[in-house]
Amino acid sequence: MIMEELFAKPDIRKPENIVYRKSDLMVDRPLSYCPGCGHGTVHRMLMEVIEEMDIAEQTIGVSPVGCSVLAYDFLNIDMLGAAHGRAPALATAIKRLWPHRFVFTYQGDGDLAAIGTAETIHACNRGENITIIFINNGIYGMTGGQMAPTTLPGMRSSTSPYGRDVELMGHPIKMTELIAHLPGVNFVTRQSVHTPVNARRTKKAIRKAFDIQKAKQGLSFIEVVSNCNSGWKMTPVQSNKWMEENMFPFYPLGDIKVDGKLVEKKENE
Amino acid sequence: MAKIIGDIVINTERCKGCEVCIAACPFTVIAMSKEVNSKGYHFATKVNNDCTGCTNCAVVCPDGVITVYRAKV
Repeated sequence: MIMEELFAKPDIRKPENIVYRKSDLMVDRPLSYCPGCGHGTVHRMLMEVIEEMDIAEQTIGVSPVGCSVLAYDFLNIDMLGAAHGRAPALATAIKRLWPHRFVFTYQGDGDLAAIGTAETIHACNRGENITIIFINNGIYGMTGGQMAPTTLPGMRSSTSPYGRDVELMGHPIKMTELIAHLPGVNFVTRQSVHTPVNARRTKKAIRKAFDIQKAKQGLSFIEVVSNCNSGWKMTPVQSNKWMEENMFPFYPLGDIKVDGKLVEKKENE
Repeated sequence: MAKIIGDIVINTERCKGCEVCIAACPFTVIAMSKEVNSKGYHFATKVNNDCTGCTNCAVVCPDGVITVYRAKV
């Protein structure tokens, strides 16, 4: 007998008592991501926001190249697949042709910070009225954990097996800070989804981003620092801990630009 | 005094056994089972009656396999 049945409370398990369930906008299909991957949580937070705002019929997403290339298989909204890195360019076209639709791109760090740097920076600089969701795990997860532009100094990957040497391989790029200085961008934030608090904050940030898009106030950019336990060769719990210890000092969480103004860094934070 | 009772239902076939929910639960209601599902993962399971329906586990679950119920008794 499965243990769960021992502690079941049939009088509580009624439809009217449901306080949390997977969003109906998530297709009932197993996600293709590794166990513990942050993609699934971000997908769900995104769909919850779209469900709350009741804009599923008016939303068009652009999926990238990377692990989340199959996002259109899991999100029950209109999706388009862009060429590698070109999601912001495609989103620009969609938004200009259909200004009343909500358009977002969902990109990884290999897509947004490497091959798509030009498209990202120019879309942000033009201040397109779109939302960019950027999942940063510091590695090319899909292709086997190669070094990405966002890989931390000293971090091991399959193409930097002795750790990233900044003299040879250059410094990691902080796309989010870079983009925050562009005038067309309204809202820039960095979040994570590894704990309930952070996941809820991410959801709030996505909601704010869609509200900004609704008010036509410019581009909103949300970076989600995520784990890649198979690329980092760790268990999900270990990788979350590693992320807290190593990723967050370099990629500090929090709002970077709110309402078009840079947030001033407080001391000792 | 009204007491809040919660309950969770885990879709064990979809659970990938990442154990993120275990760290998220404030009352250690969830543990990994000894059995495996059809994919071969040790799935999360409920091991006591302390659930308050706080939804923490369901919010962090990457695969969204947890449904949370809560009622005042």
